Amino acid sequence: MAQTNKSKQEVWPTESLFMSPEMLKAYREHLLAEKDPNRPWIIVCHGTGCMANGSVEVAAALRASIKEAGRNISVIPDIKTTGCHGFCSRGPLVILQPSGIFYQRVQPGDCKEIVQTTLIENKPVERLLYKDPKTDEPIIHHEDIPFYKNQLRVVMHNIGKIDPTDIRDTIMAGGYEALAKALYQMKPREVVEWVLKSGLRGRGGAGFPTGQKWLSAIQAVERKGGPVYIVANGDEGDPGAFMDRTLMEGDPHAVLEGLIIGAYAIGAHQGYIYVREEYPLARKHLSIAMEQARKHGLLGTNILGSGFDFDIQIVRGAGAFVCGEETALIHSIEGKAGEATPKYVFPAESGLWEKPTIINNIETFCNIPLIINKGPEWYAGLGVPNSTGTKVFSLVGKVNNIGLVEIPMGMPLGDLVENIGGGVPGRKRFKAVQTGGPSGGCLPYELRDTPVDFDSLSKAGSMMGSGGMIVMDEGDCVVDVARYFISFLMDESCGKCLPCRLGLKSMYQILDRFSRGEGSVSDIDDLYSLAKAVQDGSLCALGGTAPNPILTTLKHFRSEYEAHILDKKCPAGVCKALITYWIDQEACTGCGLCARNCPQNCISGERKKAHQINEALCIRCGMCLDSCNFAAVKVV
Amino acid sequence: MSKEHKDIDDIIERYPGRPEYLIFLLQDIQAAYNYISPEAMALVCDHTGVPLTQAYAVATFYKSFSLEPKGEHEIKICQGTACHLKGSVRLVENLSRELSVRPGGTTQDLKFTLETVNCLGACALAPVAVIDDKYYAKVTARKLDTVIKKIAKE
Amino acid sequence: MKAEIKSTKKIIRFMINDQAVEAEEGWTVLETARQYGIHIPTLCYHEAVTPSGACRLCVVEVFEGNWSRVVISCMYPVREGINVLTDSERVKNVRRWILEMLLAECPASEEIRRLAAEYGVTSTRFEIKNPEEQCMLCGLCVRVCKEVVGVSAITTVGRGVHKFIGTPFGKPSEVCVACGSCVTVCPTGAMQARLDRVRGPVTGPR
Repeated sequence: MAQTNKSKQEVWPTESLFMSPEMLKAYREHLLAEKDPNRPWIIVCHGTGCMANGSVEVAAALRASIKEAGRNISVIPDIKTTGCHGFCSRGPLVILQPSGIFYQRVQPGDCKEIVQTTLIENKPVERLLYKDPKTDEPIIHHEDIPFYKNQLRVVMHNIGKIDPTDIRDTIMAGGYEALAKALYQMKPREVVEWVLKSGLRGRGGAGFPTGQKWLSAIQAVERKGGPVYIVANGDEGDPGAFMDRTLMEGDPHAVLEGLIIGAYAIGAHQGYIYVREEYPLARKHLSIAMEQARKHGLLGTNILGSGFDFDIQIVRGAGAFVCGEETALIHSIEGKAGEATPKYVFPAESGLWEKPTIINNIETFCNIPLIINKGPEWYAGLGVPNSTGTKVFSLVGKVNNIGLVEIPMGMPLGDLVENIGGGVPGRKRFKAVQTGGPSGGCLPYELRDTPVDFDSLSKAGSMMGSGGMIVMDEGDCVVDVARYFISFLMDESCGKCLPCRLGLKSMYQILDRFSRGEGSVSDIDDLYSLAKAVQDGSLCALGGTAPNPILTTLKHFRSEYEAHILDKKCPAGVCKALITYWIDQEACTGCGLCARNCPQNCISGERKKAHQINEALCIRCGMCLDSCNFAAVKVV
Repeated sequence: MSKEHKDIDDIIERYPGRPEYLIFLLQDIQAAYNYISPEAMALVCDHTGVPLTQAYAVATFYKSFSLEPKGEHEIKICQGTACHLKGSVRLVENLSRELSVRPGGTTQDLKFTLETVNCLGACALAPVAVIDDKYYAKVTARKLDTVIKKIAKE
Repeated sequence: MKAEIKSTKKIIRFMINDQAVEAEEGWTVLETARQYGIHIPTLCYHEAVTPSGACRLCVVEVFEGNWSRVVISCMYPVREGINVLTDSERVKNVRRWILEMLLAECPASEEIRRLAAEYGVTSTRFEIKNPEEQCMLCGLCVRVCKEVVGVSAITTVGRGVHKFIGTPFGKPSEVCVACGSCVTVCPTGAMQARLDRVRGPVTGPR
């Protein structure tokens, strides 16, 4: 296993152990030199969304079509499968490099044409290009598409470009340079200073200053001794949020590098990455990355020859949202039920096995290499003063461009929905945006100028949370959404404390009554008072923030609640007890499809004549709505 | 029976005999046998030194463990917010009615287990269903019906 | 009644309801309050076992400088200079809602009915699922069996609203020594009803 970085005829076995930053650098240069500058490559997005939509088959079809074309292609391109590009609503995505031609909604059957038209004839396939919804003009290059143009992809800079299962891609892109710098050019305390100066705040939801957290762990060790542990929280459970999944799947080495640097800063030698049960691909990519990193001496004993030892164990979640809460997570790693315990003494002081423990979110760790590489001043220059840097959001719901986006902190909410989200399909404006998941609040259209940063969102009554942004339109009922979130949390509550276990159930009962048109206006005031009790009395943040969706919707949409209770109407047409399904007699063609699919057999009518629904028997299951090809079934 | 015992022994030997490996062991047993039997749990407790009550508390606390055998085919309907807004509740109700099974339960013939799962992170494809680890995007009640009928015939 | 503190531990001076009090470092607010005869209601607290913070009835509001925080006194460590209010508006609100919800959760418990009445809560608007229920899942039985008796015969089963106290697989416990500690610490009498299920039928010398 001899390697010298002097000879040009060097041989680099894939398992070469890097014993110094110089060796890492030399390997990187070697890889870059080996790359054929004339060889193009084709990226096929392999994020979970695109894979579920068939991108694996697309990649296979591309390979087959390229093989078939054989010599007709002047230079055979590489096929590179990468993590999530973020434009999930347009997947499967295919991007040709270095030209940057962007194809969306690609099917396996399109690949022959791509090979013929683009690879051989050098022309774009028009129908696969993204078209601006307003002008219908096709946009060829992906950096010109507003969805991408208006983002600032800094944390996600590698995702969509590298193959996450091949460490060489990461190394060529500069991976582990920050680690080398930290280990060889900085003292641990200096690393903490840089993180403090950068202004980085936790990306998991609470937004606690990361540098301060690390410092308190160091101080705890000085007071009571170690060992100290470091944990990456990948238990991303907010429904509608998939930022951490994308980071773990698409750039696992960024997670590892941030975690190793953090360990060096606080003096930890054992770390954990807690990955949610529902993310098998993330665990797979992290495992592969860890194995490759170990082989190169970037993880394990004597990292990069520096003498620093640190290794990581992946802990797999077992299906409990509450384990995203720090104390519950700690208990889970200890092999116990994920019940929360009061944080009058922080985990930084007493965590895993009562030792000082630092727990940070996955995205938080991914920010660390950037801060080390480019300096805290650069980082603090992004975003806004109390919320520096960028944030990754999952923009979902009633928005044209559903997907994963990264923006500098401080962008107005409305801009995010319009300029990046492409607005609400079929409507002029959104009704509300739910930020922060079940712990957050609904911000109405009137608050669209609210900057998306920690403090502005809190002031507006919501919170940043982990980054889920759910856009709602007039067809979404706030009472139903509040009930949905409470029902979710009720299911996920650990059940230990009364305000949460009983309180969520009780709030749900009241909301359920509202959704059936029952209850009185004084119930609204009682709900508010109960919500305050749950907020104040709950043991952990699950119960403590559970009332937020209720409190914000009550504040901004009180009239909608009153419509349910006083008018017995659901303006959005959602709450089952308050809506009626009926068939538009003009539009109905009498095809009978709805009647055949009705489980209650409550639709009657003669062939080719308008049908009718028997309201008394209708259970509002929606089968008729799904079946009708003529939009004749209506909900009111 | 003894082969099964040996198989469980193989799983148990994968991890050190310490309490923090309780969940790792239960996960591997769940993956291998589709449920956790009292015998398996007792073996895990012997190995890790964890009292039976703690193992039982853990097995009933976390959703991914089942104390009863699951069905041949697992149908998972995502309950994430995006899916909820696109009608996942109705999908679950329809399936529950058609298969005569409560969410979380298994059909009498042990063919299907119907589960509601937390957000899978594929929100652009809402509503999402996963059947036997295969993802189905933008499902409707009819689409699900077709897939399930096809599987039932196999 | 002020306690005489004879120790070398650091003395913490703070206030409860604007009254000056002293405690040793490491004490909780509840322990201090009891030393001074200041009443704070509890249900899931017992000197024999570690506190768990489940019932939340012992909430107090801690004022420090500009901010205040509602915390549970059974686990909150005393701190220099804080002013603890045991009956602030926020505290009263938390208590009365917990008690009203408990009336629906454990309708058969006399103790809870009495405690609720003390705080003016005599009826509940919430659904009563089981009119015979007395268990409020304070966990005292589980903790005493684990920490004091050391056999861990019972446990909480399940999660969230479906949680209950039971034995593995619902079978009578093989490790229960029938000491009755769980019944002794149970604040509502619920354990008395469950004991036979835990202990199993008594058929002769064990």
